[in-house]
Amino acid sequence: MKEENETRQSILARLIPGFVSLTKHGPSGWMVIIGLAIVVVIVVMTAIAPWVAPHDPIKSNVGPLASPPSWQFPMGTTALGQDMLSRILFGGSTMLQVSAISVLICFVIGVPLGLFSAYVGGNLDKTFSLIIDAVYAFPGLVIAIAIAAVLGPGVVNMALSIAVVYIPSYFRIIRSQVLSIKELTYVEAAKSIGAKWHSILFKYIFPNVVPSIVTVATVNFADAVLTAAGLTFIGLGVSVSIPDWGYDLTKGRELLSNGGWWVITFPGVMIILLALGFTFIGEGLSELLNPKLQR
Amino acid sequence: MLEVNSLTVDYLTRGGTIRAVDNVSFSLEKGETLGLAGESGSGKSTLGLSMIRLIPPPGRIVKGEIRIDEVNIVDLPESKMRVLRGRKVAYIFQDPMTSLNPVKKIGAHFVELIRTHEPDTKKEDALERTKKVLGLLGILPERMNDYPHQFSGGMRQRIMIGLGITLNPNLVIADEPTTALDVIVQAKILDLLENLRRVYGMALILISHDLSIILERCDRIIVLYAGNMVEYASSAELHKNPIHPYTQGLLRSIPNIELSDQRLSAIPGSPPNMLNPPKGCRFSPRCRHAEEKCSLMEPSLIDVGNNHFVKCFAADNEGAAVE
Amino acid sequence: MSEIVRVENLVKYFPVQKSLLEQFFARKVDYVRAVDHVTFSIKRGEIFTLAGESGCGKTTTARVLIRLLQPTSGRIFFNDQDITQLKGERLRLLRRKMQMIFQDPYASLNPRMRIGDSIGHPLEIYGIARGGEKVKKVLEVLGKVGLTPPEQFINLYPLNLSGGQRQRVALARSIILEPEFMVADEPVSMIDVSLRTTIIELMLNFRKELGITYLFVTHDLAVAKYISDRIAIMYLGRIIELTDKKTLFNEPLHPYTQALLSAIPVPDPERRRKMIELKGEVPSAIHVPSGCRFHTRCPYAEKTCEEREPDLVPVTPDHLVACHLTRKK
Repeated sequence: MKEENETRQSILARLIPGFVSLTKHGPSGWMVIIGLAIVVVIVVMTAIAPWVAPHDPIKSNVGPLASPPSWQFPMGTTALGQDMLSRILFGGSTMLQVSAISVLICFVIGVPLGLFSAYVGGNLDKTFSLIIDAVYAFPGLVIAIAIAAVLGPGVVNMALSIAVVYIPSYFRIIRSQVLSIKELTYVEAAKSIGAKWHSILFKYIFPNVVPSIVTVATVNFADAVLTAAGLTFIGLGVSVSIPDWGYDLTKGRELLSNGGWWVITFPGVMIILLALGFTFIGEGLSELLNPKLQR
Repeated sequence: MLEVNSLTVDYLTRGGTIRAVDNVSFSLEKGETLGLAGESGSGKSTLGLSMIRLIPPPGRIVKGEIRIDEVNIVDLPESKMRVLRGRKVAYIFQDPMTSLNPVKKIGAHFVELIRTHEPDTKKEDALERTKKVLGLLGILPERMNDYPHQFSGGMRQRIMIGLGITLNPNLVIADEPTTALDVIVQAKILDLLENLRRVYGMALILISHDLSIILERCDRIIVLYAGNMVEYASSAELHKNPIHPYTQGLLRSIPNIELSDQRLSAIPGSPPNMLNPPKGCRFSPRCRHAEEKCSLMEPSLIDVGNNHFVKCFAADNEGAAVE
Repeated sequence: MSEIVRVENLVKYFPVQKSLLEQFFARKVDYVRAVDHVTFSIKRGEIFTLAGESGCGKTTTARVLIRLLQPTSGRIFFNDQDITQLKGERLRLLRRKMQMIFQDPYASLNPRMRIGDSIGHPLEIYGIARGGEKVKKVLEVLGKVGLTPPEQFINLYPLNLSGGQRQRVALARSIILEPEFMVADEPVSMIDVSLRTTIIELMLNFRKELGITYLFVTHDLAVAKYISDRIAIMYLGRIIELTDKKTLFNEPLHPYTQALLSAIPVPDPERRRKMIELKGEVPSAIHVPSGCRFHTRCPYAEKTCEEREPDLVPVTPDHLVACHLTRKK
């Protein structure tokens, strides 16, 4: 029992100095910190939106229709007279939910599939690889659109359609990692001490695959954000009653032709920032998490 | 023909500065073989690379001079250095498996080398020279049109050596030329190096962690530990009269097949952390003769006579300090 | 039961990977004959060495013997029990008695497991000890391999340790179960020279203390001379000479052994031994020469050598040689 407490404590005790030590790891460490900062700020902003937003984001006519940024409405108003600032504060929530859920689905399905397929090998592996490669061969956005069209609007449905596109990436990366790790000496050593197959898979192989999972996950997040925006843009996203950056992008486009730049710009910038944040984390982490052999 | 004075090489890494070579001085005559002996972290590879100015970044020569035929190459502009490489100094790399271009025929390797450095050479002449070198290496001239993967490891190492001596350099540095090879092939390669040296009259620096090879094949030996030259003497002198405790420890840990009932011993401790090396004499934490002053000050290089130099306070008794 | 391990006519062939096109045109499959009918036995408590150059099959023999690879044919006996066809759970339980140390200390430890967990894992697998009891045993064995103070090392990751230290961890992991038999595959060739003796001395101590029998695999005959009781020299998948250490170095009978011994560097500048020249190179294990596989390079080769493969036979009761010419003497 004492040992379990020690382990728990040591995880926490490791996290905090872990963050601090990130700064010492040069540009990649800073990338992770900046990326994390961006994402955290956006998440917090979305979370406190109900208390901080000056207006109800979906209430129309709170101000003049389609008016540019002013002191009263720092980010302007939409064609329906909604406050852009409030819409920006609330609008990230859909995107964050969609990307989070899609990453979760991918993780739950893609990772075990890749692990087992590569570990078992043989015909099982060949079959799975064939199926996954077939899915992978399709252009992502096309599949996402097709599934979204079939399932209809909604956060979970959007997440599902994005997940289907991404599972092959997880599968392939995990699988190639496992295939190479399987041949390494320390796995052979584990076999030679008599470890059972699940011990080998979860204690020896999986922990060494985690770095690549983290990298894929962050790229997944970034891509999910952009795909969600895209789906909403073409009308396959969430319903109108939920404030959403992607939706505003669409609507903003209409206003653009009349010279209104603010409805499309602010959501656009936020989407890019969020995707960038995840990308930074991913890039920085992939550099940091490669264990360097010291000789 | 080679004179090195107070050479110091640092690596400026993110984690700190690593002094890979610390104040090393030695000289080498034409036709002589010098052995650089040391284990991991000793700096022997860095020292070898310094001779040809190919230290990979973030490494830099921070002090000292290297004179090849009177010319100090430390501050030479890169354009002039490029002319020297191959012509005056040649370096044979450690790993023949990856040092040859897999999509280029062996003959082409040689011809390109010759014509890069001597652009006026006609193709036929280059081919003739290639055939001659291949003959010295024991490779049939027909194999000029084969690719590297068609040769065994031992053959590839010979090709590397051949490439090194083709332009008839005055100094050849062989970095662990036999490490990945079997003992019979190893012996043949070392014999080859010796023959070439006799035929061409060049000076040879042999870098190896295998002290047996160094003792067997070199005229003079430098023992390196943590970037420091701890002992420098002729091989006969080093073998008969090793003074530095590290050298003694090393000699005691090599099995000799000609002796029966050997008692081998190891040197306690581990190689030093080069980011944070021990204070004073870097070997002191592992030295059985260490005294208090050993961890406070670095000893200077002492001449104990017979062209034998030792960097140790224990050698102080008879010798006079050289630095 | 003075024999702990016996290997009879062990064969391991690896099919050669061919490209799709080659498969189309080739009539038969080519095999790399890594281990080609090897027979020997190891006495309890001895250190038996398989020596030879790279590609001779010594590592493959060791791996097949310890059942990390499946033999193509032949039989393996451990404590008089036939373990050749052992599978699944029964094979796993055998591991408790047969352990292995690998060549590369930088690759044989899981980089994401603390060394305390790596060393203690065998105890968990066989349900010998858990929790505090496990930690106690790990600390004890860390002390035995000289990683002291053990409390300082138990929570470290492999990347915090040097090569020599990592190999000690690997050793600790193997002996914590107090096995009867251990295969050591080039355990010191990737470690600094000045640290090798530490590992070797530890292995010798464990033999004395725990009665472990060793199969030592190496290409370094000088180390083999230091540590072995009996040595078998392998060439291209076969044992060509097998005898006790003293006899092997004083009276080597097989021409290959003689050439091998003559090529070993001696750390003495005054002694320049004469190396026996062998023509050519080691042939490929896919196209093994007819008759005696060494005849293509042997300075004494005769017609018989090209035609018939010599058996490994006793020239004296304790000295086996596979050569037509020694039998004549």
